[in-house]
Amino acid sequence: MASKQITPTRMELTRLKKKLVTATRGHKLLKDKRDELMRQFLEKVRENKALREQVEAGIKAANKNFLLARAGMQDQVLNTAMLAPKQRVSVEAGMENVMSVEIPTFDFKTRTPDQNDIFSYGFAFTSSDLDGAVKSLADIFPDMLKLAEIEKSCQLMAVEIEKTRRRVNALEHVMIPELQANIKYISMKLDENERSTQIRLMKVKDMVLKEAHNYETF
Amino acid sequence: MYKIAVLGDRDSIYGFAALGLEVFPVSNGDEGAHTLRRLSEQDYAVVYVTEALAEEIPGEIERCRESLMPAVIPIPGVHGNTGMGLNMVKRSVEQAVGSDIIFNGN
Repeated sequence: MASKQITPTRMELTRLKKKLVTATRGHKLLKDKRDELMRQFLEKVRENKALREQVEAGIKAANKNFLLARAGMQDQVLNTAMLAPKQRVSVEAGMENVMSVEIPTFDFKTRTPDQNDIFSYGFAFTSSDLDGAVKSLADIFPDMLKLAEIEKSCQLMAVEIEKTRRRVNALEHVMIPELQANIKYISMKLDENERSTQIRLMKVKDMVLKEAHNYETF
Repeated sequence: MYKIAVLGDRDSIYGFAALGLEVFPVSNGDEGAHTLRRLSEQDYAVVYVTEALAEEIPGEIERCRESLMPAVIPIPGVHGNTGMGLNMVKRSVEQAVGSDIIFNGN
């Protein structure tokens, strides 16, 4: 497994051991992060799906109403009616931190508090279908904003989960096994060196003794 | 303070003008991509795009996917629902989990 050249020294061994401790800890932390993100993501994405279905149905109904309204009046009149909207929506955007993923929170504000300001036209020349259509769209709007918030969160979390999962896998299947193999290699090599030094010393001792006293040891 | 934009063919989006959202009627994909790019550089928190238009400009939508703002949200237009919005949710699940466990393949 030792893919690149490593020097079998005691210093390298200490360094690798320290690295292994860090890697194991990092792996544990990232794994926890991934699990928690996944739990929250699944919760959010279920909500996202339900909300989307609801919003799509709402918009579909509103579109139907608009189609009816369009059919009942002249194009020019309709255009004039929609030309100058009275109401204006602005969004207050905040941040929420979920496991180091920044997800947005939206809060909308209307310029005027009057609910009827969505009707930007006099009622004399437009059909009542248009009022209904605009109202149905206004009713679905808070849900649409909620959908925007949740769907964006889901997208951001999905990206983060993918990244974290890659990191966890890289640590688990590449980094940590490689470090362990290298540590094993170095400690084996060091042991082997020690044994060979021992033997060499014994041999030398024998030779010296034999030369000095003609003395044999077994 | 952020704003909300609605992008798509005129017939699908003119109703949103009454609510006080800013509508940007576009007639083709090129124009839509241009407008979306311009909007993403301004103070827009949410951009609703009709599904029909969103399908023509997947590149721009993808570009906005990983940034915090704006949130590009597909909505059905007047010509009906193409299922593209749900597909995007599905893609998020696939990206995060590895396989689709919410929709179960339908």
